[in-house]
Amino acid sequence: MARYETVIGLEVHIELKTRSKIFCDSTTEFGGDPNTHICPVCLGLPGTLPVVNKKVVEYAIRAALALNCQIAGFSKFDRKNYYYPDMPKNYQISQYDLPIAEHGYLDIDTGGGVKRIGITRLHMEEDTGKLVHQGTITTTPFSLVDYNRAGVPLIEIVSEPDLRSPEEACSYMEKLKAIVQYTGVSDCKMEEGSLRCDANISVRPAGSSKLGTKAEIKNLNSFRALQRALSYEVERQIEALEEGGRIVQETRTWDEGKGVTLSMRSKEHAHDYRYFPDPDLVPLVIEKEWVEDIRRSLPELPDARRRRYVMEYGLPGYDAAVLTSTREMADYFEDCVASYSNPKAVSNWIMGDLARLLNANNQEITACRIKPRQLASLLELMEKGTISGKIAKTVFEEMFASGKDAGVIVKEKGLVQISDEGAIAAVVAEVIASNPKSVEDIRAGKEKALGFLVGQVMKATRGKANPELVNRLLKERI
Amino acid sequence: MQLFRQTAHELHSLLINKEISAVELNEAVFDRIASVEEKVGAYLSRIRERALERARVIDEQIRKGEKILPLSGIPVAIKDNMCTDGITTTAGSKILANFVPPYSATVVKKLDAAGAVMVGKTNLDEFAMGSSTENSAFFTTRNPWDTSRVPGGSSGGSAAAVAAGEAVCSLGSDTGGSIRLPASFCGVVGMKPTYGAVSRFGLIAYASSLDQIGPFTRDVTDCALMLNIICGHDPLDSTSADFQAPDYTQFLINDVRGMKIGVPEEYMAEGIAPEVHGLIRKALELLESLGANVEYTTLPHTEYALPTYYLIAPAEASSNLARYDGVRYGLRAEDSEDIIDMFMKTRSQGFGSEVKRRIMLGTYALSAGYYDAYYLKALKVRTLIKEDFDRAFEKYDLLVSPVSPTTAFRIGEKTDDPLQMYLSDVCTISVNLAGIPGMSVPCGFAGGLPVGLQLMGRHFNEGTLLRAAYTFEQNTSYHKEFPAL
Ligand SMILES: [Zn+2]
Repeated sequence: MARYETVIGLEVHIELKTRSKIFCDSTTEFGGDPNTHICPVCLGLPGTLPVVNKKVVEYAIRAALALNCQIAGFSKFDRKNYYYPDMPKNYQISQYDLPIAEHGYLDIDTGGGVKRIGITRLHMEEDTGKLVHQGTITTTPFSLVDYNRAGVPLIEIVSEPDLRSPEEACSYMEKLKAIVQYTGVSDCKMEEGSLRCDANISVRPAGSSKLGTKAEIKNLNSFRALQRALSYEVERQIEALEEGGRIVQETRTWDEGKGVTLSMRSKEHAHDYRYFPDPDLVPLVIEKEWVEDIRRSLPELPDARRRRYVMEYGLPGYDAAVLTSTREMADYFEDCVASYSNPKAVSNWIMGDLARLLNANNQEITACRIKPRQLASLLELMEKGTISGKIAKTVFEEMFASGKDAGVIVKEKGLVQISDEGAIAAVVAEVIASNPKSVEDIRAGKEKALGFLVGQVMKATRGKANPELVNRLLKERI
Repeated sequence: MQLFRQTAHELHSLLINKEISAVELNEAVFDRIASVEEKVGAYLSRIRERALERARVIDEQIRKGEKILPLSGIPVAIKDNMCTDGITTTAGSKILANFVPPYSATVVKKLDAAGAVMVGKTNLDEFAMGSSTENSAFFTTRNPWDTSRVPGGSSGGSAAAVAAGEAVCSLGSDTGGSIRLPASFCGVVGMKPTYGAVSRFGLIAYASSLDQIGPFTRDVTDCALMLNIICGHDPLDSTSADFQAPDYTQFLINDVRGMKIGVPEEYMAEGIAPEVHGLIRKALELLESLGANVEYTTLPHTEYALPTYYLIAPAEASSNLARYDGVRYGLRAEDSEDIIDMFMKTRSQGFGSEVKRRIMLGTYALSAGYYDAYYLKALKVRTLIKEDFDRAFEKYDLLVSPVSPTTAFRIGEKTDDPLQMYLSDVCTISVNLAGIPGMSVPCGFAGGLPVGLQLMGRHFNEGTLLRAAYTFEQNTSYHKEFPAL
């Protein structure tokens, strides 16, 4: 039995994809030349005032409801004060003691079954700008600031310290990402920074109920970084305790290149943020009816959808989980099944060939040139025997590259399956005649040799012969 | 006829009757500025060419027989903590000495749309922190009635400009008395409207939950005309009230019969100079003789107003002023080692001592471990002070008191003693904490210096203040006095 138990809680920042920023009309569009997506308000120029974008509040409530949170009837914005040049006002407008939502949860799958992870709170805040350096931060002669992201709306979702391993932390992140994506309030793209994660992690002797001293790990920019940093940190902390040392409460940063976490600042040097209610903004009074309207507009969420796939389509649990892991893939699946009603076959194709090609081409399923209807018609051609399974794979790749319909490709390339018994019989006779050794082997009971002969027939017909027919005819004649 | 001595409504008649032109009027005011500004020092910047161009447009409208608005062509001055598109806006601070905003405050836009002509930006205590304009980073404005004395603050420039005939009307901002005190010291009418009645968009913040813009005028009628322009909801300011502002001129009624007036005894207690006390009593007698019911009442938490204010206002200020760091605009200190050094040098060179004092006070009040004892406690006392007023207004239509315990003090008299300076606002601060409207109207002279009568009313009840002030004014002539400069 493990001598130590790991305790992890995650703080996740998610960028909301509203069209304008949280307190002004500037666009939230990603990219753009530095300092072009700005205005006097998000630059914090003297005399300007923030005005809450109602869409941001709606999106926050939407995400919170999907995460089973209770929505506060009364909420407010606070100022988090600290000096940093990427912050136009040297304070960040956030929510401190009255967040918009609290007391939520989500379920993750662990080896031991489903586990419920508590969500302490969800609150809204504004993003900061970013510093741009020539070279590295230590060698650069000056820093430049780009405020395009300043004022982009964020939600911060804080979990309870319910996670017990780096794997559970990753499952939680994946599930959180899936749920929030489903609600449509964020793209949750870690590579663009629209999904970010900090982790609080500690270890304690197994069986102890007292929490160990925690470290906060920052700069976890990918699922891989999350997994690696937490695994490293578990080992580091256990090693320190084993050697009779103690853990210092501190903030550490993950160094992806070196594969280690490094100390950033200790608790003694922690900021005093001097939170106080932002006097420029009035408290938010959230009407119950509005919350219920938003609740009614929520789509079916991943867990419900997964259960339905098992019940309604008879899919194995694994297939259902993979297909529903993103809303786009699940939608794709359902659109496909709508015109071709063999769910397992569709699932196999999506999880197999389609996933492989998307991965290899680093493509999103929404950008895929094969539309669900087209995949369905390919499967139909196969079912009707117009093409063989093997040909289907070739056609599929062609479809992926060109976006053409399966039928068109089959016609253009003359790939229609030969199911004319007479035509195939002639080829079979030819193959039998020219391979007496294999015929002997089959007669002697070496079934394997039959495969070779089938292959020869297929080769002669450039793969177009109906394999079932080929098999039957060969067996009949030998 | 000295045009610069007239009120806006008198000048409006002259304009529409074509007895004068807007250009003549504005030139008269600029001539006046040229002749007295050296003694008064009301302006940080003047905008003559632009003003005359605007005046020409108004004249053209008059010539064409178009109907002009009540303040069309009238020269107005703007306190230099309100942003003016393309015109330097300093907030009286070195740190913003070179700041040119690319936008105008909502009030400036509204005045512009109403045809008023902006003639210049007026001096103030740095970031509106002060009671005398001695905290201006540039120079001290002088009281037109006695140039060895302060005009009051922080809107001293705006008050002095109107008093000296260097503008017909002006805008100030009032966080703890910054309109009413200088109005009282300079013998003009000053109104701090209800919090939320006037947009703060474009007003460089000192203490956001207390700041409110309001007018200085030569009489109560002009005050109502200014309110008509500046009051109303602004979607750019979340704290601006969603209300339909009335036509304030409808309250210009010479009748206070039956009006119930309370006089909070805490405001008439020791510390009020005898000559001020006497003039206030005289004013109350007049109101009573005109049919108002006057009686003493109590606002029991008054003594806590000053300490409450000096926790809340600096706390907000410490955060509001954090943005002045040299990164994006304004002053940037030279020769910095790194970013922290740049922040520190910029702020230490850019801010004056009173601003630094309040930033430190506020930072302390918000610090971990002190928040509950100071800031949170102050918010609770603020609620008690509000409740004092709520109770009083169940009984009275209006509360009346002195604006300041004394008349204008000498320049330099209180600069070494911040606490004495803070006490100048002892009668005005509660009004800001409660968010109610407050007004100063001239009620006499003591030793040749003006004294102001403070009127305080219910939320959004500016009308009652105007009615009482108008009646008082119609039955006195203090507002017609003019300083001999
Ligand atoms: Zn903006």
